Amino acid sequence: MLVAPVLLLLIFFLVLPIAVMAGYTFFTFVTAGVETSALTTANWHEFLTDSYYSGFLVKTLRVGAITALLCGVLGYFPAYFIWATTFKHKWLLLLLLIVPFWISFTIRTFSWINILGEQGVINVALLKMGIIHEPLQMLYNEGAVILGMLHFLLPYMILNVYVSLESIDRTLISAARSMGCTSAQAFREVTLPLSLPGLAAGLLLCFVLAAGSYVTPQLLGSGRDALFGNLIYDTIMGELNWPMGATLSIVLFVVLGFFAAVYTRYMGMSQIVKGLGG
Amino acid sequence: MPDSQGTTLHPRPVLAGAAGASAAAEADSPAVEFRDIDIAYGKFVAVRDFSLSIRKGSFVTLLGPSGCGKTTILRSIAGLVDISDGQIMIDGRRVDDIPIYKRNIGLVFQSYALFPHKNVFDNVAFGLKYRNVPKPEITRKVGKALEMVRLPGSEKKLPSQLSGGQQQRIALARAIVFEPQVLLLDEPLSALDANMREEMRVEIKKIQKETGITAIFVTHDQEEALSMSDRIVVMNAGAVEQIGTPQEVYDTPATAFVADFLGKANMLAGTVSRSGQAVVLASSQTITVACSRPLAEGSKVTVVVRPQKFSVGAAVSANRLSGRVVSASYLGGSAIYDIDIGGKTNLRVNAPITGRVLREGEAIDLGFDPEGCVLLDEDGRRIS
Repeated sequence: MLVAPVLLLLIFFLVLPIAVMAGYTFFTFVTAGVETSALTTANWHEFLTDSYYSGFLVKTLRVGAITALLCGVLGYFPAYFIWATTFKHKWLLLLLLIVPFWISFTIRTFSWINILGEQGVINVALLKMGIIHEPLQMLYNEGAVILGMLHFLLPYMILNVYVSLESIDRTLISAARSMGCTSAQAFREVTLPLSLPGLAAGLLLCFVLAAGSYVTPQLLGSGRDALFGNLIYDTIMGELNWPMGATLSIVLFVVLGFFAAVYTRYMGMSQIVKGLGG
Repeated sequence: MPDSQGTTLHPRPVLAGAAGASAAAEADSPAVEFRDIDIAYGKFVAVRDFSLSIRKGSFVTLLGPSGCGKTTILRSIAGLVDISDGQIMIDGRRVDDIPIYKRNIGLVFQSYALFPHKNVFDNVAFGLKYRNVPKPEITRKVGKALEMVRLPGSEKKLPSQLSGGQQQRIALARAIVFEPQVLLLDEPLSALDANMREEMRVEIKKIQKETGITAIFVTHDQEEALSMSDRIVVMNAGAVEQIGTPQEVYDTPATAFVADFLGKANMLAGTVSRSGQAVVLASSQTITVACSRPLAEGSKVTVVVRPQKFSVGAAVSANRLSGRVVSASYLGGSAIYDIDIGGKTNLRVNAPITGRVLREGEAIDLGFDPEGCVLLDEDGRRIS
């Protein structure tokens, strides 16, 4: 009976809104801001036939995957360092990871404009030193978008990996070393495999957050480097085409949900396979 | 005791010509030898001036309360802890500078420390793999080790599918399979429940005998130490209190600490009376003690008597004390009495039952053989 309030919360704040959105996908778009409840499959037909949409979707998934992988590679080292350091005040290092969250995400994203922009720190410095004569175009491309998302997602990755490292019994490493492992071998045999669940969880989290983002590509990407989230934003806020916006939202929701489900299923399976001595 | 020379306090290391002596010494040098080692963590000195020599094939226990430095010493043999001063020799070879992974040592941890992501076979084969043993040989040796710990056929299982006792057996198999020079056991029984503990105690001892491996066992449990060891090293606050066979440390404790730590002991404070052999207790009863040298009159001593050394009843001849039963607990073959004899602390007596069990409040006569006690001086050291 204790689950009842939770169930109600889920129904009212999650299931119902999504159901309403799903319903909207079958409404008829008349003109900007006007739609009728006459049921139609026109929105779905448009999405499925126009390669403009699927192109955006593939690009979004690609950028999400690249971002997640970069987060994994770049996040593992700091996590390992915080775990392995003999520094007495570890909490301080962990606090440093959380400090960026105290500043608005939008402001943090805008700060990249001051760094990468035409009048940004890098360009001004390079120009003054005479290394370049024209400002470099570093903003409003896919690289800038990925950089911005790395900046925003790395703490999630580091914390995820750190937590799983922290759960490793350190006597396992002593045991491995006493049986003939060098530290590097002990890392490969014990630390790395036992920290993989954290890395895997971090990858999924970063992928979903990156693929679903729209503020970062809005600010750091140009129109061309927009992601699926921006497409939804434009459709609803720009064209005021709610039925199509709802369709695109449901598409992103289902696709990311599908990836998350397959991934967790696969990771769960691989844990078992690994456990069986693979 | 098969090897009464199993352990000796190294008096002062004989620094023989380092080059010549080593080859000849190989054959009958001690399995492990500590020469005046100090181990410090920053300013905290965990172990001070520790010297010990352990004979090959013997089972030596480091016994002491937590924080006495016993685990630190164990870890120093494995190379998990750096020593600050002194030398550690394994089979006559100095190992202070040999990194942990090159020392040939088997370790069993309290927490089992099995690799949770590897099955039993991969766990046990781990040490062999890093010694470049060929595959068929590994399979054979792992099978043999698993038979030895009575878990044959469990190769494919994961540690999480095994009980605590089984996990510790696998850990034991993993530690002995590559035939290390020394087997180090760091409180391997503490995480097990009581029944399992007894079984494992016998098992470990049996395997140690069969393989003839030198074992160093760390525990805070005196019962484990007494039942398993050839030699016991009793430690307190980073220093050795006594080294001896289980019987020696139990019957003739060298210090008040040893007397108190190894089982229950009655510590009767008293003063030496005129005759030199008699001690007047706080309860103003007089007892006679056996001592090889005359005691100075008026000196303060402590008489240590084990609960089992008392006899109860009217037939008691020597060192007759009388008191009143404060509490009695019946154990079947014997009974444990707490007896008020008028001093500050009650006597604890464990006596076989002849006739009926005495009840609380009843008067009781008891006595003990003058040979059955140990005398400690004012500093808590044994007088002999």
